[in-house]
Amino acid sequence: MLIRRAFSKPEKFSVYRNQFFFEVNNIGITSLGIVSIISVFMGGVVTIQAAFGFTSPWVPLYAVGFTTRESVILEFSPTIVSLILAGKVGSNIASEIGSMRISEQIDALEIMGVNSSAFLILPKILAGIFIFPFLVAISMFLGILGGYIMGVSTGACTSYQYIFGIQAYFMPWKLGYSFFKSAVFGYIITSVASYNGYYVKGGALEVGRGSTKAVVYASILILVTNFVITQIVFAH
Amino acid sequence: MIEISNISKTFSDRNVVHDVSFTFETGKTNLIIGESGSGKTTILKMMVGLLTPDEGKVIYDGRNFLELGDHQKQEVRREIGMLFQGGALFDSMTVEENVAFPLRMFTKFSEKEIAERVDFCLNKVKLEGRNKLYPAELSGGMKKRAALARAISSNPKYLFCDEPNSGLDPRTSLVIDDLILELTTDFNMTTVVITHDMNSVMQIGKNIMYLYDGKKWWEGNNQQVLTTTNKELLDFVYASEFLKQLKPKN
Repeated sequence: MLIRRAFSKPEKFSVYRNQFFFEVNNIGITSLGIVSIISVFMGGVVTIQAAFGFTSPWVPLYAVGFTTRESVILEFSPTIVSLILAGKVGSNIASEIGSMRISEQIDALEIMGVNSSAFLILPKILAGIFIFPFLVAISMFLGILGGYIMGVSTGACTSYQYIFGIQAYFMPWKLGYSFFKSAVFGYIITSVASYNGYYVKGGALEVGRGSTKAVVYASILILVTNFVITQIVFAH
Repeated sequence: MIEISNISKTFSDRNVVHDVSFTFETGKTNLIIGESGSGKTTILKMMVGLLTPDEGKVIYDGRNFLELGDHQKQEVRREIGMLFQGGALFDSMTVEENVAFPLRMFTKFSEKEIAERVDFCLNKVKLEGRNKLYPAELSGGMKKRAALARAISSNPKYLFCDEPNSGLDPRTSLVIDDLILELTTDFNMTTVVITHDMNSVMQIGKNIMYLYDGKKWWEGNNQQVLTTTNKELLDFVYASEFLKQLKPKN
């Protein structure tokens, strides 16, 4: 019901467009820092662990770069980054909307004749779907770069081996799969958080509970959806 | 003019509002007074559509609000300005963005026209020069005035004020009351004020409904309220020891 109301026709397109760009900044740009830090270290750790595991002389060392690329593109960037963002963005959205609920700001919108669910939720969902693939793309690049820096600096592999590895057997459709997944996760995080914020009743304590529920439910949904999408894509 | 006719509301087993009828007149400050829990805010929420009455009618100048479709209800709501108890200003917007919000949302005014209207409204509530401040940077009285400026920015026909004096000192309360009275007469609005502040009752109570235990117990104006013989209303009006000493002896 709430999502159906949220997707109803906007009262004024220009106001919603401005709100969309505000949310792109709020959800996406302000998350760049945490995404960058996580990605660099994630890529580095994957590289070191892969190098440590490949002790057999039959496994070429370019496999380190190959493994890092596959892990980062297929799973670490879309899923782990989304789980982190479920915490950061999800709690932010739920507490923002929840605070607006308890301080009567949502009632004020309704009395003005504004569809509060559309005004508050639609730009967030669209911004989430739009910006998450970009964040994941940045995360992929930084993850692989982090792997290169850590791998070469620790002597786990040479620069040539790593670069050869990240180019080996590359299938571009896997990028599409990851971007699609991240857009779905963006929808899950923003919609679940908006729902939990919008229906808050009570005071500050309930806003806190709403934020926590938003993060927990969004994380579980991300993991289940990840499994379902992966099964559908890789089984066919 | 707004009429409520035989409206009732029950929450769980509790009858919060019971068979209340009243006419809120145009160009006057109409007050709903009563003790906490007497059903004042519930009536106001039913009038603006935030709650649906179990029975009864809410009629805005001949339009039965409860029987209107969603689109028509939105149209009526755009004729309503509301001052909430806590102001309900949008935290993420400055004062001028708050006041401009209904104009940007529902009018085709240019940015210049919006800026002029915002300045006019802020001047009306004596908040000129505070345009760029955020709600968190305002005092309680300034928040109320900014919220009042937002409520009148779209030139509403109906103004609702939910306990406009709560949390304010007596002098600031008087400023807010004077503003409400001035705006009501200047713009010929139908104003409905919920309060349990006796200063407000005496200052702006041109048409008063007293609620007791969810029922309409008395109606009149600020002159009649002092000479009433209604026991519950007298207990409400002369609640404090100080006022009891001023109570006229029969």
